[in-house]
Amino acid sequence: MTLTDLALYIILPILSVALILAVSRLIRGPKMPDRVVALDLMVTLGMGLIAVYAIATDQAVFLDVATVLALISFLGTTAFAYYLQRRPEA
Amino acid sequence: MTSLILSAATRLILPLMMLFSVFLLLRGHNDPGGGFVGGLVAAAAFALYAIAYGVDRAREAIRIGTIPLIGIGLLLAFLSGMVPLFGNRPFLTAVWTNLSLPIIGRVNTVLVFDTGVYLVVVGVTLTVIFAMAEADIEEDEED
Repeated sequence: MTLTDLALYIILPILSVALILAVSRLIRGPKMPDRVVALDLMVTLGMGLIAVYAIATDQAVFLDVATVLALISFLGTTAFAYYLQRRPEA
Repeated sequence: MTSLILSAATRLILPLMMLFSVFLLLRGHNDPGGGFVGGLVAAAAFALYAIAYGVDRAREAIRIGTIPLIGIGLLLAFLSGMVPLFGNRPFLTAVWTNLSLPIIGRVNTVLVFDTGVYLVVVGVTLTVIFAMAEADIEEDEED
């Protein structure tokens, strides 16, 4: 089994299932903080998916997308936390 | 709002974001990237600074203000378009010189145009973000 096979047939399905679980938490999440954490987890999983896809397709350019996503998702989560702190009733 | 964890993390992440935005700008000609994405990443870095330290300090960090950034960017893009006119070629034709510099490579008008786009994107995005953040703060004070 090559690294590409491993990425395509094992790692990608696992990450996809994790993504589905995170989406279900995003939809069900009883409170706003649950949804924010689910969204943050989805971005992290997306970074993992991009990295695995970069390995599978042998395209190093995709890793830069993951880098941008990592930098921006921190900003997004922080902005949500700021919003939640000011509107705790939501 | 000031949080020690957030301001410490911002001090680490902000230089990284600025470095990455310049990296995206410089390699945009041959690979994915360019002035627009680079400008968005730089604007995100300043937005993070505004969340961590407040809008006023973020405005101070951009010394010349956000509106002048738009003007300088547009001027740079326009001037880079003017250069080929002196060689009797159409407006905005790419002009490449044989002068080579480290990191950025051959001197050309494409990079100048992209830098103009970069500055315009940073200026417009931050003008909107700061205006929205300040409106939000004022709304809170009225409550």
